Amino acid sequence: MGRSMLDLWVGIFVVAGMAALVILAFKVGNMSNFGGGDTYEINANFDNIGGLKPRAPIKSAGVVVGRVKSITFNNERFTAKVTMAVESAYKFPKDTTASILTAGLLGEQYIGLEGGGDDKMLNSGDSIRLTQSAVVLEKLISQFLFDKAAEGGTEKK
Amino acid sequence: MLAKPGHPGSLVALTISFRIRTLFQATNCVVSSEILIEIKDVNFAYGRRPILTGINMIIPRGKVVALMGISGSGKTTLLRLIGGVMKPTSGEIWVDGECTSALDQEGIYRLRRRMGMLFQFGALFTDLSVFDNVAFQMREHVDLPESMIRDLVMMKLHAVGLRGAHKLMPAELSGGMARRVALARAIALDPMIMMYDEPFTGLDPISLGVIANLVRQLNDTLGTTSLVVTHDVQEALDVVDYVYYLSDGKMMAHGTPDEIRANKDPLVHQFVYGEAEGPVEYQYPSGEYAAELKLGKRREASPPGGRHAA
Amino acid sequence: MPHRSLPTVRSIGAKAIDNVLRLGYATRFIGLTLAHSGTSFARPGLIVRELYYTGVLSMIIILVSGLFVGMVLGLQGYQTLTTYGSESALGVLVALSLVRELGPVVSALLFASRAGSAMTAEIGLMKATEQLSAMEMMAVDPIARVVAPRFWAGVISMPLLAAMFSAMGVFGGYIVGVVLIGVDEGSFWSQMQSAVDIREDIVNGVIKSFVFGIAITWISLFEGYDAPPTAEGVSGATTRTVVTSSLAVLALDFILTSFMFSGA
Repeated sequence: MGRSMLDLWVGIFVVAGMAALVILAFKVGNMSNFGGGDTYEINANFDNIGGLKPRAPIKSAGVVVGRVKSITFNNERFTAKVTMAVESAYKFPKDTTASILTAGLLGEQYIGLEGGGDDKMLNSGDSIRLTQSAVVLEKLISQFLFDKAAEGGTEKK
Repeated sequence: MLAKPGHPGSLVALTISFRIRTLFQATNCVVSSEILIEIKDVNFAYGRRPILTGINMIIPRGKVVALMGISGSGKTTLLRLIGGVMKPTSGEIWVDGECTSALDQEGIYRLRRRMGMLFQFGALFTDLSVFDNVAFQMREHVDLPESMIRDLVMMKLHAVGLRGAHKLMPAELSGGMARRVALARAIALDPMIMMYDEPFTGLDPISLGVIANLVRQLNDTLGTTSLVVTHDVQEALDVVDYVYYLSDGKMMAHGTPDEIRANKDPLVHQFVYGEAEGPVEYQYPSGEYAAELKLGKRREASPPGGRHAA
Repeated sequence: MPHRSLPTVRSIGAKAIDNVLRLGYATRFIGLTLAHSGTSFARPGLIVRELYYTGVLSMIIILVSGLFVGMVLGLQGYQTLTTYGSESALGVLVALSLVRELGPVVSALLFASRAGSAMTAEIGLMKATEQLSAMEMMAVDPIARVVAPRFWAGVISMPLLAAMFSAMGVFGGYIVGVVLIGVDEGSFWSQMQSAVDIREDIVNGVIKSFVFGIAITWISLFEGYDAPPTAEGVSGATTRTVVTSSLAVLALDFILTSFMFSGA
């Protein structure tokens, strides 16, 4: 086999391999519809994030507008600080509410944003004031039991 | 290029290429010393098993020297020691004024570029064509334009009579042709010393004669020195200047071919004339034959070797 | 009788020591290969030549097996998913199983038996026919000239082959699922795209195949270089290459998977 034939075949091989990687990235993966665009970061403090994980979706009215970038523990306020990367195309007012929701009964957790009526918009680095923590089943149950017990106590008196 | 690849006088072409080579290699220092390789009191052992003991040897510049001995006598090991593949356990090996055991890897490689070696079965690179095999060292070590490499390779191949076979792959060559291509490859950089490891093994009589003559002719035209390790006595005695006879890791005899032929030592005599009976034992050290065949227990069945079965 | 079992114990001990020695030699060997890789990068032609033998010649088997594995995944996945009424998730199932596991692992196993065994046999034969010694005598380092280019060619081709396998597999799943069975094309792709993450899935898959490539070429080259210079020696080494590198791929896959996908 001649030198140039060999080079040609190796060239075809490398191009095919690269093409396969590109196909995986764009057609199979989600690089084309998200990840490449510009984002800005906003923070939110939650008392409890439940099972939220980094890269979980951020949805508003059911549309994915961003992803959770990182989750850290704020040791001064004993809360979880969640940094969200929201696509630059979407703007939210200052009094937006962030809540941790669950897709379906047992599905993955995501952050839902609900816009308020403020004229001023959130900028990069701003924090959302109004947050609603994840619903934790154990807390719900104990709350329920505590309330029942409290009711019982007052009746006896 | 002075000589075209198709020049009829192949050895003339070789001499020219040798001159070209000396122009390129200013480092090819011309030492006036008559002795090219000197081996002084060399011992070598694999672990505790001694292979060579007390070897002394001198190879003069420009001569063809044969190193003979039966299989397993340590000939190839000695060749490897000269090539610097292994270091002697004790003693010194001087090649062209340099002591091999004192050289680092770099120095050994520098020395080896001036050595050519023909391996037992040629050891051609099976994934390269004949042309690329011969050109291998030129491409690895010398930065020459491709056209000049082509001319040089053709000259080397012409010298061994295989210029027409340059496009073939090693698998397409006969044993004798492969040996000749390997020879062309070994002389590619016009080495100062040529070493042949059993160059005649497994060749038909014609190829054998061709190789034997090539060894002599190349030595004289290229002005190199040759060391031939062999046990093909008659062919070797016809072409060499001096013979060393190695037996069981010791240097038993040395002399000119005529002296060796006339040597009275029974070992040497048996070897030179290829006699079956002699001091070299045919039997590998074994236990008693009768005991091996369990003849002692079956004595009543009148064993054929009855005298052993006592 | 305690003295009867002694030889067995002794031979087990000897084997263990032998294997540790071999491992040490193999480590030194890969170190030497890396240290002598300069020649390969100074002369890329050497690597390109080996890329042909390791990469191009493995391409057909990789593409065909990828297609079939993808088609089987499509068929089986559909059977299972349809019982839960969620056949629209077929794309996710096919893509995730290929990109995360099957692509890197199956293509590595194929690569070990196709290219790895060839590498071992070639180097073993070069050693048996004294080609490596000849090279050494010509002042050319066989590690730099023969081993290192093959190593880098193997390391480069493995991720490319794995990517081809996965892409081909997704295509196979698409053919069976969408074209033949009739799963909705839109949900096939969109569910796949929202579930497959670039960093978590695709990049991790590429890292896996890269690691497998290193392991397979290392084992293949070492077995060839260390093979006894006889016909049986080389054939034994070739078999060992396939067995050892397949086991290494599966073990490494477990380790890498537990590192990569357990946290998320």
